Amino acid sequence: MPQVTLTVNGKRHTVEVEGRTLLVELLREKLGLTGTHVGCDTSQCGACVVHVNGDSVKSCTMLALQADGASVTTIEGLAKPDGTLHPMQEMFREHHALQCGFCTPGMVMSAIDLVNKHPEGLTEAQIREGLEGNLCRCTGYHNIVKAVAAAWPLMHGKTMPAAAE
Amino acid sequence: MGFEGIGAAVKRKEDARFLAGRGNYVDDINRPGQVYAYIKRSDRPHARLKGIDTRKAAAAPGVLAVYTGADLAADGVGGLPCGWQIHNKDGSPMAEPPHPVLAVGKVRHVGDPVAVVIAETKQQAKDAAELLEIDYEDLPGVAASTDAIKPGAPLVHDDVPGNICYDWHIGDKAAVDAAFARAKHVVKLELTNNRLVPNAMEPRAAIGECDVTGNYTLYTTSQNPHVIRLLMGAFVLHIPEHQLRVIAPDVGGGFGSKIYHYAEEAIVTWAAGKLRRPVKWTAERSESFISDAQGRDHVTTAEMALDEQGNFLALRVSTLANMGAYLSTFATSIPTYLYATLLAGVYKTPAIYAEVKAVFTNTVPVDAYRGAGRPEAAYLLERLVDVIAHDLGFDRIELRRKNFIPPDAFPYQTPVALQYDSGNYQVTLEKALQAADFAGFEERRRQARARGKLRGIGVSTYLEACGIAPSAVAGALGARAGLYEVANVRVNPTGDVTVFTGAHSHGQGHETTFAQVVAERLGISIAQVDVVHGDTGRIPFGMGTYGSRSLAVGGSAIVKALDKIIAKGKRIAAHLLEASVDDIEFKDGKFTVAGTDKSKTFAEIALTAYVPHNYPIEELEPGLEETAFYDPKNFTFPGGCHVCEVEIDIETGTPKVVNFVAVDDIGRVINPMIVEGQVHGGVAQGIGQALLEHAVYDSQGQLLSGSYMDYVMPRADNLPSIHVGTESTLCTHNPLGVKGVGEVGAIGSPPAVINAIVDALRDYGVRHIDMPATAEKIWSIIQAHQPRMAAE
Repeated sequence: MPQVTLTVNGKRHTVEVEGRTLLVELLREKLGLTGTHVGCDTSQCGACVVHVNGDSVKSCTMLALQADGASVTTIEGLAKPDGTLHPMQEMFREHHALQCGFCTPGMVMSAIDLVNKHPEGLTEAQIREGLEGNLCRCTGYHNIVKAVAAAWPLMHGKTMPAAAE
Repeated sequence: MGFEGIGAAVKRKEDARFLAGRGNYVDDINRPGQVYAYIKRSDRPHARLKGIDTRKAAAAPGVLAVYTGADLAADGVGGLPCGWQIHNKDGSPMAEPPHPVLAVGKVRHVGDPVAVVIAETKQQAKDAAELLEIDYEDLPGVAASTDAIKPGAPLVHDDVPGNICYDWHIGDKAAVDAAFARAKHVVKLELTNNRLVPNAMEPRAAIGECDVTGNYTLYTTSQNPHVIRLLMGAFVLHIPEHQLRVIAPDVGGGFGSKIYHYAEEAIVTWAAGKLRRPVKWTAERSESFISDAQGRDHVTTAEMALDEQGNFLALRVSTLANMGAYLSTFATSIPTYLYATLLAGVYKTPAIYAEVKAVFTNTVPVDAYRGAGRPEAAYLLERLVDVIAHDLGFDRIELRRKNFIPPDAFPYQTPVALQYDSGNYQVTLEKALQAADFAGFEERRRQARARGKLRGIGVSTYLEACGIAPSAVAGALGARAGLYEVANVRVNPTGDVTVFTGAHSHGQGHETTFAQVVAERLGISIAQVDVVHGDTGRIPFGMGTYGSRSLAVGGSAIVKALDKIIAKGKRIAAHLLEASVDDIEFKDGKFTVAGTDKSKTFAEIALTAYVPHNYPIEELEPGLEETAFYDPKNFTFPGGCHVCEVEIDIETGTPKVVNFVAVDDIGRVINPMIVEGQVHGGVAQGIGQALLEHAVYDSQGQLLSGSYMDYVMPRADNLPSIHVGTESTLCTHNPLGVKGVGEVGAIGSPPAVINAIVDALRDYGVRHIDMPATAEKIWSIIQAHQPRMAAE
């Protein structure tokens, strides 16, 4: 079986996988990182989003072998070692942006990438559009949108520009 | 510690593990020696099953076993039971054909399980299933309820004539006929309630396990593990209940779809017994679409009789309800006791008659989905009221006001069995109209028109019934289950508390709200309260979570148990303080001799109960742990008003919800943050039903919208921000005065959305539009009327 070597949440792993093994299967089944979820089989729901070399990626859409040499961050790798949550996680809690919790890891990973890539600020419409690849059946997205907007100033260390249109 | 009791918007306790990726969902669990089941499903809607050649699959690498319906039958495995027996108009019982765990003789819907392959790895099981040779003889299928009742339609079950499961009715037909005969006006509306796929984000999963002594454990994505234990143990696998433990750990959303006992639960448990290896199955989303019970699917004709002033005189309703191919666990109760009994709504209509035919078709079984019968009733009524206003020229708001049950009429007996305990429909209507700036709407319509948009506003004033009860009444109506809830409150020696509840949380936040109830009553912090649910090995026999019952029924059981704890605490305190028990008061976590400063803290009493050195041992047992079962006297009756404002792009027909206001009377609020979240989610599902979602079958029963590429789920950019208001008239018959909030959003919103769409299209000759009101449907209406508009 072919081998893949990758860094996950700062830790290097070398794993034997079948050619058809998906990145999400490697994370969940080989590395026991079950925080990343699988909610569909057509790359529509976004429950499996992780960061690969800093970009959000649906890990059900990528073969494990394609991640050879990559640095992957999952939901388990966001909090500091002392348990301090990432500002996005903290704002999800503050704004009740999760209910059953199943879409939450993918939603948080997508939201972090969205905020990172918009240092100029984000409107509500942009946040909604930016999260279009992640399905949530519980919250109606209302509080998720609030949480993302609230995380922006914490992540960029300044107030959100008012005229971000 | 700030205020954490009833009414505080405290942050959720469960969030810490979910946000860190440390939730414990069934698919996250792996048992030592575990093997994997892959279920081969029918890819055709209706066919005779002439033979299954399993030899190649059985010989494939890693395969431990291949089982078919014949293997289960040989082992005496029973069919999946239905939990509610409905009786026909003539008093005879409904048709209740067998529902085999694996198909026998025929397959009846796409997704019907035909065989199971069990292998060392998931991939091996799936690869081997490709080698199964199944000899089908295709039969004509039927998908629509309206087709299934036609003479000569294919029979889904050979021994169920006309595909009729039951032909049921409720209400006073003679009184309704008489009212129609003397009515000034009769307004008729035909409408469908579109079939939906629940789509909890966590696909169903199950792990069966059997130890050397024959004790079984089933991990399953269930809303009610005890119900699964009872149904599967007693009716399907004949495993004694004391040897069967069912664990429903973190569950990723349910919305009704995880209430039922499903074939896969029985398959993995039975196979684990055969193989003595843990057997795991996890649905792929494509499987969820063809194996999770679906929702709604009604075709209805409704007629209202009115006098000259617009007073409702009588309502006549005839509904075809699609059951799908088999009876799911509670399917039969949904279009009867959870639908037709709601047809009074918020109106004082004096006479109502409804008849419901439930019909078998070659489609996935239909059962409760968020709201379950009540959205169908609310949609019918609130569309009909708007159509009456349209046809007869009444103001749609005034027409509602005129026919509301007045606030001083409670308790109010409807003509369709229910007795409402409390409500105030005027006040929720006024609050919602104000929050939505209904009065200023026409100006917004004008402005939108200038931008090339058609703007409309719609109102719905809905009613729902939660916490189905009491058990005795439901039993008399055919329910085969109790409808109480249980709580065990265990005070630990140091004064913290573990609550074991029969309710199940799969997103509702019980670990927080139930802790708030306990904290308030005992004067402790929520950090000192641990709420345990979802494990038949730890919790007394409870009924689980569905029908917005958790707080009204499960919370009431907790309060009853807490009352017993406090009563016992008072007796211990009376002994320690050398006072009469009647003189002991309990407040803010202290037992005090009335009128003195002599007191003992709750923690001191707890410790004394477990270290009974100075204790009234002759008259009182040690320990501080109480169990209570609560069987409600009645349903609870939330109600309220939803207002929706839409804009339609004239060029493309694309509708957009631009404002949504929900004002719901849900009784006492425990945690307003969680309440708002529940309403947001319910409204999103309601907007989804009204504008986007539709389980579409071809005429034979092939599901055409079987993935997220075809079935349109609401996404963040399809939805608006939602304004939520609450109003509290208290429930009069439960100790917390609570009503329930889980479903109001999904019940009140679809008619508000469609009423807004029809209002936006008022210049295009539109009287009604069926859900989902897609851009294509709206565009076609606009196009069809273009010549007329151009001519004007």
